[in-house]
Formats: sequence, C-alpha cells, structure tokens
Amino acid sequence: MNQDNKVIAVRNMVKKFGNFTANDHLTFNVCEGEIFGFLGANGAGKTTALRILCGLSLPTSGEIRVAGYNIYSDREKIKKRIGYMSQKFSLYEDLKVYENIRFYAGIYGLGRKYIMERTEQLLETLGLQDVRNKLITELPLGWRQKLAFSVAIFHQPSIVFLDEPTGGVDPVTRRQFWDLIYQASNDGITVFVTTHYMDEAEYCDRVSIMDAGRIVAIDSPGELKSTYNVKNMDEVFLAIAR
Amino acid sequence: MSQISVDIRDVYKHYADVLALDSISFQVNKGELFGLIGPDGAGKTSLFRILTSLLLPDEGTAIVEGFDVDRDFREIRKIIGYMPGRFSLYQDLTVEENLSFYATVFGTTVEENYDLIKDIYIQIEPFRKRRAGKLSGGMKQKLALSCALIHKPRVLILDEPTTGVDAVSRKEFWEMLLRLKGSDLTMLVSTPYMDEAELCDRVALLQDGKLLSVNTPARIKEDFQQQLWALRAENMYNLKNDLEGYADIRSVFLFGQDLHITLKQEDRPQKLQAWLENMGHKKIHIETIHPGVEDCFMELMSKEELNQV
Repeated sequence: MNQDNKVIAVRNMVKKFGNFTANDHLTFNVCEGEIFGFLGANGAGKTTALRILCGLSLPTSGEIRVAGYNIYSDREKIKKRIGYMSQKFSLYEDLKVYENIRFYAGIYGLGRKYIMERTEQLLETLGLQDVRNKLITELPLGWRQKLAFSVAIFHQPSIVFLDEPTGGVDPVTRRQFWDLIYQASNDGITVFVTTHYMDEAEYCDRVSIMDAGRIVAIDSPGELKSTYNVKNMDEVFLAIAR
Repeated sequence: MSQISVDIRDVYKHYADVLALDSISFQVNKGELFGLIGPDGAGKTSLFRILTSLLLPDEGTAIVEGFDVDRDFREIRKIIGYMPGRFSLYQDLTVEENLSFYATVFGTTVEENYDLIKDIYIQIEPFRKRRAGKLSGGMKQKLALSCALIHKPRVLILDEPTTGVDAVSRKEFWEMLLRLKGSDLTMLVSTPYMDEAELCDRVALLQDGKLLSVNTPARIKEDFQQQLWALRAENMYNLKNDLEGYADIRSVFLFGQDLHITLKQEDRPQKLQAWLENMGHKKIHIETIHPGVEDCFMELMSKEELNQV
C-alpha cells in the first residue's frame, strides 16, 4: 500500500435528493493499493456515495477526486480508470465466457492481440480453459463471481469498486474470492468494497462505517476493535449501527 | 398425534441436465426452528417450493402436517405461511390493505390472530397508510412476515429472509423469529449465512443439491474431528501464501482476523511455529479453538469433493 498516493480524495461530499440528505459531508481518503471496506446499514447512503465515486451521479457539493481526476469535470476519464462489479449484475448471461472477456476488454479499448494473450493467461489462472465456450449461465455462481472480478480488473484500473461481491457465494469460494482481492491489492490496484459479511470487514486494511448519511467511524479493523473494546468487527458494527 | 411436522423422503428434482435436489431426506419436528443452510444454487428454494406445493418432485415424497404435497396440495396451502425470497406483496396496496387482503384470502380477519403478529406489526403500524412499494427494506420484511403469519399457519416457511440485509437488521429479524418460538408453530428458514445456523434448533447443511449433514448446531460442531487452530502473524497475506508450502498443512482458511488451520496428524504446532519464524514471520500467535458451523460446512464440502473423485 502506498500511503502517499491518495487515489480517492473526498472532502465534504454532500448529496441531497429533495429534502433528503443521503450523504452528509463525507470526508475520507483511500490510498493506492489499499483494501477499503465501505460498510453501513441498508439505507445508510453507501450506494449513493458509490455511484458518485464511479462517475454515475453528481454530488450536490464537495471536492472529490478519483484516480487523480476531478469528479465534476473529468467523469469520462474516471470511468476509464476504474473497474466495477456487483453481486446483482456482473457478466452477460447470454454471452460465452471468452466473449464476456473480449466484450469488456474491447469496451476499454484494449488491442485485439493483447486481449487474446491476456485471455489465455486469465483462463489458465482461474482454471476455466475447459469452459471457455460455455455460456455464463452454465457456470456455478462462485466461478462466475471470480471471473467477473477478473474481468473488472482486466484493463488494470487504478481502483476496482466491488458492491457486495460475495453475497450468496459458498464459504470456500468466498475465501478464494478474497485471495483474488489480495492479489489485486498486491499488484497496486485499490479495492473499494461493500459487504454484509463482517468477517470480510476484518480482511480490509481500513473500513468506514456509515449511518444515516454520515461516516461515523473510519479506521483499521484492529483500531476499531480496541476503540470499542470488542472481539470482532461484528460487534463493532452492532455497537455503532444499532 | 405425530411429533413430525415435515417429512421429506428421497426427493429428487432435475432442471434439464442439472440435478437440483439429490436424494434429500429429513424430518422436521413440530414447533422446531429448522434452518436450511447453504449458498446460492444449493437447492434451498427448490425444496421450499416443493414443500409449499408450488413444484412437484421428480421422485420421492414430502409430507407437511400429514398432508402429501402432491395429493393434498389444497390442504397444505391452507396451513402454511410462505415468505418467498423476492418481496411479493402488493406494492400498490397500503400496509393495512395488504394485511387484511391476506387475512381475507384465508377466510380470517386481522383481529382474530392479531396476537400472533402484534410484536412485529406494531413496528410498522405508524406507516399503515403507506403503500407497500414505498416501504424501506426492513419494513417490507416485517410486513411480509406479518402477512405470512396472519392466518395462524402451522408451518412457516421463510426463503432467505436475511439475504442482502445488513448485520443489524439481520439480528433483529432473528430476534423476531425467536420470539415466535414456543407456540406450536414449525419454522423452516433458509439462509446463506452460516452464523445464523447457531440460532436454529436443528439445521440441514446443503450444497449442490446434496445434504451434507442434518443435526443440531452443537452436534455438527462435535462431529468436526480435526484439531482446529487459529493462527495469526504480522503479515497475513504472506502467512497464508507461505503455509501453502508447508508439508504438514491439511487446510487453511481465512476467518476474519485469523487463519483457521488443521494440520496433518503427526504434526505439532510448535514445529509449525518454528518453521514460520524461520520464514521470517513476526508476532506469530497460535491457539487451539472450537470450530463454528462455517468451519464444519467447509470441512464437509471438502469431504464431499473427495467422495466424488
């Protein structure tokens, strides 16, 4: 992790929908290569913030830079430098495995030859050579999520945003998924992840916890546990969000 | 009268080439809070749809409160309450309209069984004039549970009520379920969250259409035959990578701030510790621990894989 390079810098981010304040003066940084857990109860404002950081929605006010670009003026540049995957939607079900890779890589403007080489590498690493010609629907959910993650970082983005990537995945595959996250982080990719599994919060370098539109805690899991004098992140979360 | 509420015997279900349920048999006792624990694709929803008479098994039988799901489906539909995974109340009816609609369909009134839902409904009553579609996730859940209970069912079937729900709301939902216990109501709840297994009287662990185990959470943990260790060091990422090269390691899994590991029989933790120190690891901490249901689930998964080879 490179603490000097802030790949996400947020100052006083506010987002209002009419009278409702979904994000109330959020201020935080995320460093290069960091695994940053973005936690909070349902309706706390996580999705709103995530959409702004991905360049999909504009904040009401605040200074925000993502991957070195200004969120107001350079949203298209930001989109090229980030990757995204979620539990709900990740890959095209009516495309084959290799077609999905080619499609995503093509969208990011990567060259044909490069795509072909990297695709072979990727299929080998994931052990998916034998299913390259299968439709996504024919893969078990766990394989699909691992592939979706690899596709989301195929263009080597600065940051990858993961929105509940492991929901419903079996416990073994869920851990293999985190192996992939660690590898990406080791390669310098910043990982911004939301999850409802509190054991996964422990795997993050730092976590923030949102409640009613505000960030109410932000620190490493170790510091949070000692601050709240509890054994695990589950208890930290309950102490804060209840 | 029989103490068995749900009796499933040798149930198979195929979808095209996929075997969704592979010889499933178990019983649920009356008044039990029974958990069906497993990831997506394990077969939880298929099994619940069979028990609710919405889907027929290819082979095998399923009896609910003495009624056969095939032959006596009309009786079954009267005595079960079912909360499907997707919110399926009428979005354009208000909270109270939904509730009285469900009561009427079952030939009863909200007043008659109000006692049963009072604790839950009281939390959404301030919003009774609001349309169901405009409720927050947590409130929708409470309304759905109220509607599933309003005809005083003998069996309550809840399909993944806590999926996608934050840790606090998850806890609150289980507190509601635990309060419903003690009456004669039999409850079947499915979930991908292994920690929720601990709150059930008994659980079935399900993976890829197969039953891995059916037992009380305590017995499932007793059946874990290995010595389990929690291991920690300064650099967890390197620790895990290095352990894969350790000859006497049997399994390594990340568990929150620790690794949970089992060693081959002849090995001793002192030897492992010395080896890790030699590899340059610092602040090594190793202690023996008791397994949780998730440890057991993964152990059973790997046994199942071995069986298939």
